[in-house]
Amino acid sequence: MTTETTTTPATATKSAASTIVPLPLAAARALTLLGGIATLVSTFLAWTWTDEFPGDLTVYAYPGGLQWMTFIAGALVTLYALESYGVPGLKWLNPGRSNAPLTLTALGAFGVTWFTVLAIAITLNGLVNLEPGAYVAAVASALPLLGVLALPQDRSEGQTDKEAFLARIGKPDRIAPAAPLNGWLERGVITLAAVAGLFIFTYGIDTPSDEGETFIGYLIVVVFAAWALHSAGLLDRLSRLAADNRAFTLAMGFVAAIAFPFTQSDDHYANLGVNILIFGTVALGLNIVVGLAGLLDLGYVAFLGVGAYTAALVSGSEFSRFSGVQFPFWAAALTGAAASLVFGVLIGAPTLRLRGDYLAIVTLGFGEIFRIAVNNMDGVSGPNITGGPNGISSIPDLSFFGFNFGESHDIVGFTLGRFANYYLLMVFIMAIVVLVYTRASDSRIGRSWIAIREDETAATAMGINGFRVKLIAFALGASLAGLAGTVSAHVTYSVVPTPYQFAGSTPPNSAFLLAAVVLGGMGTVSGPILGAALLYLIPEKLTFLQNKSLLVFGIALVLLMRFRPEGIIANRRQQLEFHETGQLDVPTTELGTDTSLSKAGA
Amino acid sequence: MTTAPTKTATTTVLQASGVTMRFGGLTAVKGVDLTVNSGEIVGLIGPNGAGKTTFFNCLTGLYVPTEGTVAYKGTVLPPKPHLVTKAGIARTFQNIRLFANMTVLENVLVGRHTRTKEGLWSALLRGPGFKKAERASEERAMELLEFIGLDHKRDHLARNLPYGEQRKLEIARALASEPGLLLLDEPTAGMNPQETRATEELVFAIRDKGTAVLVIEHDMRFIFNLCDRVAVLVQGEKLVEGTSDVVQSDERVVAAYLGTPYEGAPEDEALGDVQSAEAAAAAPRTGKTAEPRAAGGTGTEGDDK
Repeated sequence: MTTETTTTPATATKSAASTIVPLPLAAARALTLLGGIATLVSTFLAWTWTDEFPGDLTVYAYPGGLQWMTFIAGALVTLYALESYGVPGLKWLNPGRSNAPLTLTALGAFGVTWFTVLAIAITLNGLVNLEPGAYVAAVASALPLLGVLALPQDRSEGQTDKEAFLARIGKPDRIAPAAPLNGWLERGVITLAAVAGLFIFTYGIDTPSDEGETFIGYLIVVVFAAWALHSAGLLDRLSRLAADNRAFTLAMGFVAAIAFPFTQSDDHYANLGVNILIFGTVALGLNIVVGLAGLLDLGYVAFLGVGAYTAALVSGSEFSRFSGVQFPFWAAALTGAAASLVFGVLIGAPTLRLRGDYLAIVTLGFGEIFRIAVNNMDGVSGPNITGGPNGISSIPDLSFFGFNFGESHDIVGFTLGRFANYYLLMVFIMAIVVLVYTRASDSRIGRSWIAIREDETAATAMGINGFRVKLIAFALGASLAGLAGTVSAHVTYSVVPTPYQFAGSTPPNSAFLLAAVVLGGMGTVSGPILGAALLYLIPEKLTFLQNKSLLVFGIALVLLMRFRPEGIIANRRQQLEFHETGQLDVPTTELGTDTSLSKAGA
Repeated sequence: MTTAPTKTATTTVLQASGVTMRFGGLTAVKGVDLTVNSGEIVGLIGPNGAGKTTFFNCLTGLYVPTEGTVAYKGTVLPPKPHLVTKAGIARTFQNIRLFANMTVLENVLVGRHTRTKEGLWSALLRGPGFKKAERASEERAMELLEFIGLDHKRDHLARNLPYGEQRKLEIARALASEPGLLLLDEPTAGMNPQETRATEELVFAIRDKGTAVLVIEHDMRFIFNLCDRVAVLVQGEKLVEGTSDVVQSDERVVAAYLGTPYEGAPEDEALGDVQSAEAAAAAPRTGKTAEPRAAGGTGTEGDDK
């Protein structure tokens, strides 16, 4: 037990406020504002002379490519600098009333600008390729950073330099609760957030694959902007709003997801979208097994494979063992889910009597057995069922009531290509999975999963049949993966054994699925989906990493586990588990009495 | 040897007969018989390592006894913890085993598991039956939280409760399964005298609600105040069973706690030395237990009426 030494900001023992760069306060503030504006302006200049650098940065008068990233970061710096001057109408931007958002946005602007300038110099071989605009931008973006480092920071007694610096970018301990908003206004805010989310996501997906620099710049800006909004307390307020208007938030989330293909002109990006959705759906299914019931399953991708192979076998493909059989999609989907369920029970029944590490090892083994078995069932080494290494190809496209998924369709002036059709189908399936997840987690069975995860002995002593409950979690997770697998078989035209392995350089494989759950945040709905999106997009966009992407992921995961073990999106339960926050979970009276923890994340 | 109070119109809640637990060559519990009747509070004491908790684990199915049977209200229990709880025996643990990252209310709701039926389908479809059952469970859980006085902390995480309240919550969680017999494993370990006193009241209140209690404890004052009957376990074997007076006056119990002279050596003067040393050592103990003996006597008499 740590002794609680929380000091509320009001009563903190304030010794002299410290600054890192010695400058008068007025000058420091002016520097941040002017620097922010200068950064904005600098993006209208040309930064290089040639358009060989991705995104056209050669144009005066308007930003292009990475300049847009600097532009957005500069705009955020300017907004927060204006807020620090107390400009009316901007107060809502910073409920925490600290310098942290300004510091973080300044860091983001500096980071993305200098990254761009250095990337130009390095990819084009030499500083000579920089136009004066680039120098202007580099200097301009450094000014706000200098300014925020000169801003005084209250420093309590006995704080080390490291703690003092972390306090500069951390979220204040106490943030005044938001004034209650009108119901319509709340929904308006959620709608705006959904639109912003869609825009940010679309921008990331639409970054061309050969422009790795642009994607890195995008990541820098998104990470620092999200961090700034978090430390300002805005994200907390948003998640509170989302929790209060849960149904509306879910609906807006799906509207935004459905809107995505309508924003795309190129079906290639819808292909990315559908793969992310398949990956995310399977990760969400795994989240039931790992996040709720606490069963480490290292062979989970096998269930995706079972679903995909089942759908392929009954798809009517001429390479299928049962080529005469063609199920309608709903029947194929149910068959796939049912087959995965059966495999889940078959694998779970003997293994779930084990605990912890032993279970992990056995599931790893079963996952590999699936892949190897499928590889051998080609009629030579074993019975002819799966076509061996060649798999089952030429899987026909789905067709609903004459709506052929393989063809482009014009809907209210938008053209939806093949992948966009499948994308919309996957959105529907993901909606089912999200519904299953949220409803199951907030119920008697969900509570018993969590109890098993917390303390299996105590849970069984409380009357929970541990084996049965774990088997249900395992089977449910398996059938959801199988459901996603049935769609993935049609999307990819063919199923082969290779993707269903434990670890590989591209998703989905068991290691990536697990990483998506852990990275995004165990026990939440949005976490694994975000994690899946990141894990899918990063190797896709950063093609220059090539085979080093696994190394990069490894480093990223280690860093994440060191600094944010609860994942990007924290389940409240988990956040309290990993950080000794004392009594911070105590619901304050303002929240009302209906803030139930059993809501599994936002 | 057993001088259990002969009561009329009581039913046998728990009947353990010949329970033996061997771990390899070590026999932790050796042929222990124990009976708990309805409306009774029975204590189980013994020096450290006597096998009390092992015996509890045999009763609740966490261990499968090597020999012997455990019967609850006449039916022999299968050695599966969840079936034992379902039959009507609930327990707490020596070292608190709450679901630390669940709220107070959720902890008690988990305790309701065996008394509710809603499965996965019901949770997914959310019919009227599901909502009704959830509401009923929550009401029952809140009643229990009121009973132990934690209703104002329903949304706190269990891990953030003070120690004493965690102990209470563990009892409430066990009570949520509506047991006929409650097994308490050192419920006052680490508590101050006030908290111990409060726990005593709580156990009496539980008994008055119709749940028999079997309690392991090292606090003799607590045990002799509380229990109608006390069994002493030494090195896996039941040494004595009887009322507080019988147990306290039994020489073998004192010897088991304080040790006996080793065999052969002491003679004449030496024996006299040992005896005087023993007497000196035993003096504070008897002095200490003398007072609660009186209190316990009045307490139990008053409650028996």
